[in-house]
Amino acid sequence: MTDAPMTGVREQEANAADGLKAFGFWVYLMTDLVLFASLFAAYAVLHTSTFGGPSGRDIFDLPFVLAETVLLLTSSFTCGLALLSARAGSARGTFAWLCATLALGASFVALEIYEFAGLVRAGDGPSRSAFLSSYFTLVGTHGLHVALGLPWILAVMAAILRRGLSRSSLRKLMLFSMFWHFLDLVWIFIFTVVYLMGANLL
Amino acid sequence: MNWRYLLPYAAILALAAATAWYLHGASLPVLDPKGPVGAAELRVMIITVLLCAIVVVPVFILLFYFAWKYRAGNTATHVDHSPDWDHDNWVAETIWWLVPAAIIAFLAVLAWQSSYALDPYKPLASAAPPLTVQVVALDWKWLFIYPEQGIASVNLVEFPADVPVHFELTADAPMNSFWVPSLGGQIMVMPGMETQLNLMASGVGDFSGSSANISGDGFSGMAFTARAVTQSEFDAWVQSAKDAARPLTLDAYDALAKPSSYDPVSLYAAPDENLFETIIDRVMMPADGAMDMNNDMNMDMPSMPGMDMHSMDMRMPMPVTTAP
Amino acid sequence: MNWAALIFGKLSWSVFPDNPIALGGAAFMVCCALLVLALITYAGRWKWLWSQWLTSLDPKRIGVMYIAVSGVMLVRGGIDALLMRAQQATSVGASDGILAANHFQQIFSAHGSIMIFFVAMGFMFGIVNLVLPLQIGSRDVAFPFLNSLSFWLFASGAVLINLSLILGDFSTAGWLAYPPLSELAYSPTTGVDYWLWSLQISGLGSLLAGLNFLITIIKMRAAGMTPMRMPVFVWSVAGSMSLVVFAFPILTATLALLALDRTLGMHFFTAGGGGNMMMYVNLIWAWGHPEVYILILPAFGIFSEVVPVFSGKKLAGYFSMVLSIWAIVFLSFLVWLHHFFTMGAEADVNAFFGIMTAVIAIPTGVKIFNWLFTMYRGRIRFYTPMLWFMGFVVLFTLGGVAGVVLAEPPADYQLHNSLFLVAHFHTMIVSGVLFGYFAGITYWLPKIFGFRLDESLGRKAFWCWLFGFILAFGPLYILGFMGATRRLDHYAAGLGWQPLFIVAGIGVLIIALGFAFQVAQLVRSIRQRRTALDTTGDPWDGRTLEWSTASPPPAHNFAVLPTVHSLDAFWAAKQEGTPADVRYEDIHMPKNTGAGIVIAGFVFLFGFGVVWHMWWLAIFGIAGAFISALVRTFAEDTEYVLSAAEVEAQEKARGRAPALMPL
Repeated sequence: MTDAPMTGVREQEANAADGLKAFGFWVYLMTDLVLFASLFAAYAVLHTSTFGGPSGRDIFDLPFVLAETVLLLTSSFTCGLALLSARAGSARGTFAWLCATLALGASFVALEIYEFAGLVRAGDGPSRSAFLSSYFTLVGTHGLHVALGLPWILAVMAAILRRGLSRSSLRKLMLFSMFWHFLDLVWIFIFTVVYLMGANLL
Repeated sequence: MNWRYLLPYAAILALAAATAWYLHGASLPVLDPKGPVGAAELRVMIITVLLCAIVVVPVFILLFYFAWKYRAGNTATHVDHSPDWDHDNWVAETIWWLVPAAIIAFLAVLAWQSSYALDPYKPLASAAPPLTVQVVALDWKWLFIYPEQGIASVNLVEFPADVPVHFELTADAPMNSFWVPSLGGQIMVMPGMETQLNLMASGVGDFSGSSANISGDGFSGMAFTARAVTQSEFDAWVQSAKDAARPLTLDAYDALAKPSSYDPVSLYAAPDENLFETIIDRVMMPADGAMDMNNDMNMDMPSMPGMDMHSMDMRMPMPVTTAP
Repeated sequence: MNWAALIFGKLSWSVFPDNPIALGGAAFMVCCALLVLALITYAGRWKWLWSQWLTSLDPKRIGVMYIAVSGVMLVRGGIDALLMRAQQATSVGASDGILAANHFQQIFSAHGSIMIFFVAMGFMFGIVNLVLPLQIGSRDVAFPFLNSLSFWLFASGAVLINLSLILGDFSTAGWLAYPPLSELAYSPTTGVDYWLWSLQISGLGSLLAGLNFLITIIKMRAAGMTPMRMPVFVWSVAGSMSLVVFAFPILTATLALLALDRTLGMHFFTAGGGGNMMMYVNLIWAWGHPEVYILILPAFGIFSEVVPVFSGKKLAGYFSMVLSIWAIVFLSFLVWLHHFFTMGAEADVNAFFGIMTAVIAIPTGVKIFNWLFTMYRGRIRFYTPMLWFMGFVVLFTLGGVAGVVLAEPPADYQLHNSLFLVAHFHTMIVSGVLFGYFAGITYWLPKIFGFRLDESLGRKAFWCWLFGFILAFGPLYILGFMGATRRLDHYAAGLGWQPLFIVAGIGVLIIALGFAFQVAQLVRSIRQRRTALDTTGDPWDGRTLEWSTASPPPAHNFAVLPTVHSLDAFWAAKQEGTPADVRYEDIHMPKNTGAGIVIAGFVFLFGFGVVWHMWWLAIFGIAGAFISALVRTFAEDTEYVLSAAEVEAQEKARGRAPALMPL
């Protein structure tokens, strides 16, 4: 598929191809959801197996988690604004909102690394107990997905720099934003099941 | 008629005959159980096969009959048909959805009833009081502790005939499975957990047992003997173990637990008090003995799903609910 | 700073095999590989291989490559089987057989892993690649590049698992590696890591392929092909791929958790540390049971194609057949616990899963009856594919009875992990999956290569497989009743087991003879291909769209995409006659690319690095894979155009000269 202007049948085919890619990515995200579901299941089984180490109540810092949540949710918001800018045809606006998304996403990852590093330094790393293994893995897998999204944002930005708001750039942006919102959704589950229920607020 | 068509059938018949000849006089413990549990389990198998035959026999008959009658060379059966001559036959469809469904319904009832009746944890109905034997699967042998008699044995479990034996099992090794096919079904044994099995022998005899789950290099050497004897023979055997006076202290146990395979039968006396529970707890507890086991159990591991820490039950974990 | 350990990880000179049989196997494999490379070089075919096959995005080519790799892996898995049988026939009483216990355990673990992941899955994806786009009247799958990547990930996994024969050892924990045996404490060597990462890598390929084919079926069917006009094979692939998409992420997660235990010392499944080994068993079978239905459904679909064509009659009970596929798909997620009834669950839990397992026999039985009634009043031609079907019905039905017996929990308490169980699942997989795929390959090979296979050698192969199987696994059912557990490398004398093991060994030799006949069939058919050309494209008087194309079809499959008006679209077209005039249009086709090879190559390096604790290599590999994938997304010149005039010229030429697969 090129970015050359198209009409008629070729445009229809190009739209269909883009729709196909989006549909394919949706299905891929659903498989990712099953992956997270397996990690949630492991967490559900293991979260009381603290083996003499700390439990969730001991290690969860809810204000900190709230900060992470705000960062991630806001980044989802800015990502939405980027998509709107793109639809409105403003390359600069899109670029700017993507920068904001990148910054917020990077801050989220940084906070999570900070939290994990602190736990490891205190001797409560993932090899301490089954609970900690499942906590680190569930939350860490989500964080890894977010971290992988960061170079993706750069790639989308590079595409916009190269080709402006072309068909392919718009498609890349669309797929990225699906991914980003999906991670938001997973975070809401993590926030609820791991942190709020772990701290016995639910 | 081309005699070559009959070759496969002749071969099958020959094979069947050879098999029957070989099996005559052979020992098939699963089909010749020596205890009520095994016998009941065999009945389940037989009923299942007979019910399945209701479907399988017609399938075979139809397969060979149709293949013969409607082969392309048999022009007598050629029917002139356009692509759509064979409309969906709802009568036939109904039959072959419903008849198997009915058979499965019978099998479902059988599954429900027999799963309860033959639950490994269910004590056996008997006038005699049960004998408790604690089983520890090791690398790569079986340790049998008799807490009431105060003895222990390796690779030989002896008990009186017609007395229900209540096994409590664990492992100090990877996942194993305790199986004495002549007496009944097996149960998986896992480290850090306790499970149960109830078996009984209907008469005296020697029965071979094995581990039915791979646990490492020496796993094939885990064959053991289950021996049903008269009550007086059993008492004498217990006495002989006591007389041998090899105490099964925790240290002796640790020495025994070192990897070895194809171990000969050996007898021990005076196993440590609560040796069995100690073995289980050692796996579950953190290495630094600084933890107060009781406190931790109540606070951090309040409801190990389905696993009570004292008599750790190996039932399937239910969905976890955190303690209030 | 220990530079050697940092650079080489756990590699050292002692990682090569140390016993004659293992060394021999490794050497044989290396020699075969070198021989193949030498032959290609000698024939000057590297450029051709690279541009026509390895970088191709044509599903017909990718399908052939899948089948080729699977065929090679079948040899490896088969030699494993021969060694196992030799050991169990001789290692009794005072004799220790030919293999050390540890080696025997590696062999059966490799045998199972290879047969499931690299033979069965490979054949399946291969056949689907070959047939699916043609059957739905499409030019390609939904995501051609992803198709290539999936194949190369599969190949990467195969290379990794084969490397375990040369460097280091393999897992001794069986094809599913239950913990705690598969944890570091009991398996400290690289064995389980090899198992884990080769499965993880090829599993990723499988997941992407499943996604690809599912979307192909949903989105790329020819005009007028409503769902109820799809061939049953397409429905069965849809069911199977739905299972792939739901089940494979569970495998990915579970393997990852075990990897975390082994690599970072976590405690998901360890004994101690709070780990829960029962959770592994649940998770792995939550994937594992759907996996066997992933394999069998396309085989059922193949029979649903073969039986009508060779009976000269449309498939009986189309609606029932479709319904039964979805019943099986749905139910296959509700039965997983039947793989561990003996793990100690309560009676009601065991009973529930036992009942659901028995229920799944109903839709399977429905299929068999519908096939039988397709034969009823038909005109049956017993070409090789039909013979495979007959063998399937005989064996699969009996193996199914064994399965229903095992579905009753108390029966399973006796027979679990005995050789009865081994005989049961081999019956299902060999007579169901393998016979089905063999039928498919013999049925569709003329379409793909343009010539028919030698019938006589095909029949010999079939009879050897059938009787070889009966001899190889009949005794195992009996041994199960004799109390023989599986995976034993040695047993006591005087039990009456040995003669049965010897018969089983003879059976495997006969199966090997059958395989030799299949190879001979291929060789002879290729050599005399010009005498057995398929000039019409429709050698069997088929019913579905793939038979309307040339044999072999052009890369773009159809000069003009068909419009479908009914079920069995090609059959209907043959009855009604083809339309007189057609309008040719430009066709856009994907260009070849080596990006799939590059990405999969990096992933292989990652896998190798993790297995051998060469962390720099692992990081290099994963970063390289990620970056190459990113680069690929920026690729713009990914298509070429076949003009309408060229298409028309090709079509007109088709009538005059028979076309062999362009070599």
